[in-house]
Order: sequence, then structure tokens, then C-alpha cells
Amino acid sequence: MIVRVLGEGQFEVDDEVAKGLNDLDDQAERALEAGDESQLSELLVRMAEAVRTNGTRLPEADLSPSEAIIPPEDLSLEEARRLFDDDGLIPDLP
Amino acid sequence: MAGLMSRASLVVKSKFSKLLDHAEDPGETLDYSYEKQLELLQNVKRGIADVVTAKKRLELQETQLQQSLVKLDAQAREALAAGREDLARQALERKSGLQQQLQSLDEQTKQLEQQQEKLIASEKTLSAKVEAFRSQKETIKAQYSAAEAQVRIGEAATGIGEQMADTGLAIQRAKDKTEQMQARASAIDELTTSGALEDFTSDQTQLDRELGAIASKSQVDQELEQLKSELGPGEKQKELKQ
Repeated sequence: MIVRVLGEGQFEVDDEVAKGLNDLDDQAERALEAGDESQLSELLVRMAEAVRTNGTRLPEADLSPSEAIIPPEDLSLEEARRLFDDDGLIPDLP
Repeated sequence: MAGLMSRASLVVKSKFSKLLDHAEDPGETLDYSYEKQLELLQNVKRGIADVVTAKKRLELQETQLQQSLVKLDAQAREALAAGREDLARQALERKSGLQQQLQSLDEQTKQLEQQQEKLIASEKTLSAKVEAFRSQKETIKAQYSAAEAQVRIGEAATGIGEQMADTGLAIQRAKDKTEQMQARASAIDELTTSGALEDFTSDQTQLDRELGAIASKSQVDQELEQLKSELGPGEKQKELKQ
């Protein structure tokens, strides 16, 4: 499946990797809920690492949509909260 | 609560889905989306320029602080040579304060550097995808019926829309960082001009004045000694006889 790591790019990963990502994702969600910044940061880095190491980067001109989107690995707790907020960290497009 | 990945997907999709709803006609949707892509490319270029400007400002401040450090170091030596340990201590205390500022400026410059790199990479990817979208858009317009085109547009637009949201995020994060740095740089400027930290880059500080006084006194003493040795005891007598 195609996975995008925000701020980094898109990768094609196999099901095994995808499964691993889901596990890490659950933990990351709990870390965010608990407000545990270092844990969140560690998990985001591990997710990005898993994709980078085991995935194949898509060509830049590829227009395929991603099946999963991972937040940036250097996202702070405050930024993470804003990212999922209504106002959002991502500005409205022009 | 859903995981972060699905929440991120939702956020990203909600950002560009508006672009797709904009026009009724598929051809129009494509043209409109393309227009927005070009606008975003301009935005990211501007974002890069802003980061570069902010970085230059920090670098200038760093250079000024470096110069102050060298000066304070020389002053501490001068003061100690003149037997004024109190002044030397003062100079070294200031030096240590400035060193801390310098270190944090250095870290901030590095962070801006990272933001700049990310923006450049994001611009490059967006640029490649926009180009791909442009040629795909012409193909879709030329070859497909309205109904078929709708499906094709959905795919292409989702792919590019994702990138647009991603680039938008990179621009926003760089902007936030730059603003934080600028606020900090202004705070350092303000501290130095208001005298709370003392303006180490100005020409004359109290330390300068005191050291200046010591220097001129020791120069006078030195010249006096030199004159005395030049004249010598014999010369002195001759001089007296004349």
C-alpha cells in the first residue's frame, strides 16, 4: 500500500510493514491522549523509520493517492493537537 | 478514538476536497485545481525566501555576538594585566552570558536550516506533481467523456491534493518557526538596546572607559620610564649644566 509521511513523501510498503504501522499508530494515539510528548515523538520517528527503511519511495511525479498518512516525525505535542484541531495546522489551500 | 494515521488522512482530505467541489464541469475543475497548484507553488517559494531572510538576520546577530565575545576576552586580559581583577571578572561574566545567547542562536539557525531544506524538498515534489497533473489534465480533457473524466479527475486530484496539503503544512510549520525565531531575535535586540543586557556592540561601555583610563595611565608611565632611561644619569647632569 502507498503511505505518505507528511513532510517527507510517499512510499510503497508491503502488508507486513502496514501491520507494524498500525500497532505503532495505536500506541502513538495513546501517547497523544496522555500528552506524553517524548513517547509520541519516539513513535512517530519509528513509524517514519519503518516506512523509510522497508518501503520504496514513489517517483516525485506520481499522482497516486495514499492509503495512509503519517504525521511528520518531528511533530511536537502542541503541533499534533493543532493538526487534528478544527482550525488545523494545515492552512486552507489557496 | 481513531489512530493518528486515519485522523491525519481526514484532515488532509478535508483540505483539498473543497477544490474538487468547486466546479460542475470536469474540465473546469481541472483548470481550477491547476490554478491553485500554481498559486501554492508561489507560496512555497515565498516561504523559502522568508526563511532565508530570517536566517540571515540570525547570522548577523551571531556575528555581532561573536565580535563582542572576542572584545570581552581581550578586555579581560587587559584588565588582568593592569591588575584589575574586578574588571576582568566583569568582562568574563558578560562573556559567559553572551556565550549562552550565542549557543541558542546557533541552535535556532540550525532549526531554520532544516525548515529551509524541507521547504525546498516540498517545492521540488509539488513542482514535479503539478507538471504531471498538467499533462494528465490535458489528456483527460481530450480523451474522455464527462462521466469517465470525473473518475480520472478524482484520482489525479486526490494525489495532487494530498501533496498540496503536505506542502501547505510545511509552509505553515516553517512560518511558525520563523516567527518564533524573529520574536527571540527581537527580544535580544531589545535587551541590548534597553541596556538590560548592555549594548556590547556599542563603541563605549563602562568597561571600555575604565580600561581606556588604565591603558592611557600605563602608557604615560611607560613613556616616562623610556624617557628616563634615554636620558640616563650622565645625560641628566649635562642637561642640568646647560
